[in-house]
Amino acid sequence: MTKLFKYVRESQIWKSVFRHGYPDTPRNRTLAVLSNVFLHLHPVKVRRSGIRLSYTWCMGGLTFFLFLILTLTGLLLMFYYRPTADKAYEDIFALREHVPIGVMREMHRWGAHLMVISVWLHMYRVFLTGSYKPPREFNWNVGVILLVLTLLLSFTGYLLPWDQLAVWAITVGTNMARATPFLGHEGPGAALVSFGGIDFIHAGDDVRFGLLAGRFVGEGALLRFYVLHCVGFPLIAATLMAVHFWRVRKDGGISGPL
Amino acid sequence: MHLALATILGGGGGPVNDGPVAAAIKNFSNWLTEPTRYSVASILAVAGILYFRKFFAKVSVITIFFVLSTAYFVFAFQDPNFNAIITKPDNVPIVILFATVIFFTWLSLRRAVINDERTKRGEPTLEGELSKQKVFTWPDLVYSELICLVLFTAAMLVWSILITAPIEEPAATARTPNPSKAPWYFLGLQELLVYFDPWLAGVVLPSFIVVGLCAIPYLDTNPKGNGYYTFEERPFAISFFWVGFLLFWVSFVILGTFLRGPNWSFFGPFEYWDLHKLEPMVNVDLSTYFWVGLLDKPRPDNALLREAPGIVLLVGYFLVLPPLLGKTVMKKMVTDLGMIRFNVFMHLFLWFALIPVKMGLRWTVNLKYFIGMPEYFFNV
Repeated sequence: MTKLFKYVRESQIWKSVFRHGYPDTPRNRTLAVLSNVFLHLHPVKVRRSGIRLSYTWCMGGLTFFLFLILTLTGLLLMFYYRPTADKAYEDIFALREHVPIGVMREMHRWGAHLMVISVWLHMYRVFLTGSYKPPREFNWNVGVILLVLTLLLSFTGYLLPWDQLAVWAITVGTNMARATPFLGHEGPGAALVSFGGIDFIHAGDDVRFGLLAGRFVGEGALLRFYVLHCVGFPLIAATLMAVHFWRVRKDGGISGPL
Repeated sequence: MHLALATILGGGGGPVNDGPVAAAIKNFSNWLTEPTRYSVASILAVAGILYFRKFFAKVSVITIFFVLSTAYFVFAFQDPNFNAIITKPDNVPIVILFATVIFFTWLSLRRAVINDERTKRGEPTLEGELSKQKVFTWPDLVYSELICLVLFTAAMLVWSILITAPIEEPAATARTPNPSKAPWYFLGLQELLVYFDPWLAGVVLPSFIVVGLCAIPYLDTNPKGNGYYTFEERPFAISFFWVGFLLFWVSFVILGTFLRGPNWSFFGPFEYWDLHKLEPMVNVDLSTYFWVGLLDKPRPDNALLREAPGIVLLVGYFLVLPPLLGKTVMKKMVTDLGMIRFNVFMHLFLWFALIPVKMGLRWTVNLKYFIGMPEYFFNV
């Protein structure tokens, strides 16, 4: 057995993938992190205080992990879902009726709820430990944008099952946009945006219309939310996550007393 | 599965026959959770916990709290009205939110109390002792990440198998459900709609929350408390965030989920969500108080003149108050922060403070709007 392992380890295939020996020496442990594109988001060495669960609560890591779960389950759901007003509900309903012990939609829904919670708790922890203080001010800002993106991802996904809960939650949510100052047709100052007696801001061209691609939550909104949910926001979020993690490393790793 | 669980535990509606003790507990819960009392009680709780933090940081306190709340849940579960709301699959995360936020708040408070005592004695903080030692990412960090990941995946799978994701009736734009609620994480903002118009509660205030969060690192110039838990080295920052996050965000989400029913009326946790429950609307504008109440005249027709008292009041609040405070009681803050930081902070803070101010005025004198110009959709 040992011989076989040794043979595999010394084969050209193995060596082409792994550029270091078993990570049980300082040198190999360093190389294990440095020569792996995913692991090298971590520094080679970390503060002992920074990896204690009682300090970090593991909420940032959990958020990232939930993002991965949601990407994977979301991808699988996309195979069975058509974002049109007459098919969307049917497809989601079929997932529940025709798949015994199906867990993909459940994982996606519960995971999405949890990700919102874990992002909040992550932010709470970062605040309570003062980890936004110099040199991490910029990364805190990236985090705030990621928080907004998480909420937007959840919000756009909320519509996709196309049931009563979905449509009315999005209606309530987007009704707010009507009241945007100057840009919503029921917002303060919108009446001022007119020229020669012609109103520029009305129900057919205000911010809410832009969000929903229509005057109410209809087929246009479904397609728009679907594209943003599956492609737009995940791409932006993934990009910013890369920045976020890289900056954590560059700003001195998980925070600790100076 | 959750339906089966609900049936076992007595869900499904029907008349409630309680003994005197059970009825008393339920009536007290319904009484205490009425929005005014709920909010005042939450404020008192936050202030009390921060002031008596040494007591609340004890392990026994949190243990007793969780034992008691579990007992309460088991008791309350048998009530069909409570059961109907709490066992909605989509409300499970809110219960998780409640438990985790309380637990982690306690944990951070405990570590803050320990650290503050250590600092007083001249010892390094809990984090300070360990941060001098460095360990290899592989294996120390990578393995704990792996363990978290595996345990978490297992928990997610169990949850997903036990509770089926719900799906309601197909979308029908003609049939408005009552209550119509935004997604749960926006229910804190929806609660603000009781006190503010949509342009404030739905657009301006959320924007200020995001801007305010972004501004935090640039406004907080206190170099202490970076990388460890503490309260005494940054009492204002911690208290402020507690009020903002715990009170105005998390507790309002819980309020909006469990205690707001049809027509966004308030319902106690043991109350039946009656569609016909009506709450009298007797709110009065500031302009009415001023012209009719104080001067005993009819309100002027000109909107600007009519709302002049409110306009003067708010202009004073936002434009006169900051320099006035800066010249007098907050002089030290101005020198510490500089003019720009001070003004940005004051404006964000005054917007934030407008929320409890308006809530208080609504509860005490039924104030509807400071400035009410529905002609221009400009109501504050």
